[in-house]
Amino acid sequence: MSLNDALLGAAATAANFVENAASKYAAAREAVRIAEEDAKAALSGDPADITKSPFRIAYPLLAADPTYAYLDNAATAQRPSMVLKAQKEFYTTMNANPLRGLYRHSHMATSAIEDARKHVARFLGVEAASERDAGNQIVFLRNTSEALNLLAHSLPEVVGLEPGDQICISIMEHHSNLIPWQQACKKYGAELVYMRPNEEGVLESATIQACIGPNTKIVSVVHISNVLGIPNPIAEIAQRAHEVGAVMVVDGAQSAPHIPIDVEELGCDFFAMSAHKMGGPMGVGVLWGRPEFLDQMEPMLTGGEMIDSVTEEDAVWAQVPQKFEAGTQDAAGIYAFDAAISYLESIGFETIEERERKLSAYLVQKLKELSFIEIVGSANPDAHLGVVSFNVKGIHPHDVASLLDEENVAIRAGHHCAQPLLTWMGISSCCRASIAFYNSTHDIDRLAEALEGVWGMFHAH
Amino acid sequence: MPINELYTPALLEHSQDPFNKYAMENPTCTHEGINPSCGDDIVLSLRLSDSDIIEEAAFTGSGCAVSQASADMMADLVCGLDLAQARDLCKLFIQMARGEATDTELLTERLGEAACLKTIARMPARVKCAELAWRTLDQMLEDRQSGGTGSNLKAATTEDGIPGVRDL
Repeated sequence: MSLNDALLGAAATAANFVENAASKYAAAREAVRIAEEDAKAALSGDPADITKSPFRIAYPLLAADPTYAYLDNAATAQRPSMVLKAQKEFYTTMNANPLRGLYRHSHMATSAIEDARKHVARFLGVEAASERDAGNQIVFLRNTSEALNLLAHSLPEVVGLEPGDQICISIMEHHSNLIPWQQACKKYGAELVYMRPNEEGVLESATIQACIGPNTKIVSVVHISNVLGIPNPIAEIAQRAHEVGAVMVVDGAQSAPHIPIDVEELGCDFFAMSAHKMGGPMGVGVLWGRPEFLDQMEPMLTGGEMIDSVTEEDAVWAQVPQKFEAGTQDAAGIYAFDAAISYLESIGFETIEERERKLSAYLVQKLKELSFIEIVGSANPDAHLGVVSFNVKGIHPHDVASLLDEENVAIRAGHHCAQPLLTWMGISSCCRASIAFYNSTHDIDRLAEALEGVWGMFHAH
Repeated sequence: MPINELYTPALLEHSQDPFNKYAMENPTCTHEGINPSCGDDIVLSLRLSDSDIIEEAAFTGSGCAVSQASADMMADLVCGLDLAQARDLCKLFIQMARGEATDTELLTERLGEAACLKTIARMPARVKCAELAWRTLDQMLEDRQSGGTGSNLKAATTEDGIPGVRDL
């Protein structure tokens, strides 16, 4: 190698280094600018102003990385610091096995769970003679999936499901609200009936009337689809279900984090949700049910802490909700979930819903401006709540997600645990961006810029 | 990792204009491979000579750029090889995708363009995309070998059905 070549090589390396340093410096400046704006918004901002996030500062993972566009909230939310603090507080100040012990810490652990039950019951608008009675309608499980599995396991006996009977769900169910009923139908010789939405993703009254009839024993429908992101007319479906004497179950995994829930207004008999999608810990889920059904249902799991008495030959179940809660509960998680609900309530669902509707509309609008994007489901900006699915023309969603990750933008890609819906829509997979109230338009702008980059990369030659 | 180490012009070209993606007429053998978690699927077809030399390789199906390009590059590479040589190449590719074979010179020499998929080892979620075609080919050839020449070559397969790496 000549001296000249060596010098040219060194110059190129140096230029590369300077360029890298300059771009890193620009990125850091941008991060500081956003963090400053968010911090100012947190102190004195208008929570309805979606160009900033006054809430981001409460989320350690997001606060540590101001340019991280986390847009996979439908998969799991981020946790605010008070939830993390509560989780730690349980273990450092009241750790004991709840329900069992006859000493102070065990009482504290027991109270933590019972207080959380009452809080969840208030959150869901449960009406009962007393707060305690309302709390006793709340069963703590691992997640929405487990809640729906328990129902599919135990409810058919209660409603006397027989061959020729029908269970009605919608085509937009998550696998968690589909496979358990599929299995139940196989076991009991019943038929699984699917309600299908119109082109806008809406379940129409005529469909509801036609699919739910005299043979329907159970109706189980998702409140907001994790792919289409449009609220379903639960009250109307529940009314029809009750007209024909069926039990109404609602999968609330995607609605409870975003809109106020009132099970009496919805008119349902069961409502299931997951703490981790609401800023609570992973591994805690809720099933609310009307006592007349819960009382009659058999447990799915048996063992410790779910009995009144046991003999060599038999066992007598404990009362609801303990009957369904075999084994040691995630008490710290339940305590932290209580804190997560308190945090959402402190912000207020009016604010949360307003921000999220605006953010969802902004997201749809930005995607519509990109000619190479095909929105999956309704293209109406005002129809979505939280979730917007789409495809980049001719580019596989997994490639899109990997390339976006490089730009610090997190979205989901795949079939979203809703394969029958995607098959019915004639696609095998799609991208999904999902927002929470702590997102801002920055996150969505970054997504749009990164999508242009993906398109450009695949069309450079 | 700079992602354009993975999405190289070669990879984009093979994925967007795959030369070997077509339905083969009267193939000697075909085999379907799927990635259940992504819904990707591939149907691989081979035409073999009387002495079991791969004369033609083609595929159909759908998947991401990584899985499509990987399949197309593989189809180029295996033509002219006998079954044992092709399976050796599958083993090497899968080792590379898992970060177990890292000698760039050796990889480039034996895998040619497909060596550009080496960086996939740093993206755990995408390893299965790159491997799909190769796993499908390896299974197909294993079936053919055990049907034709007995099970003497099964020793190279680990208990989870993934090609072993010990005897490479």
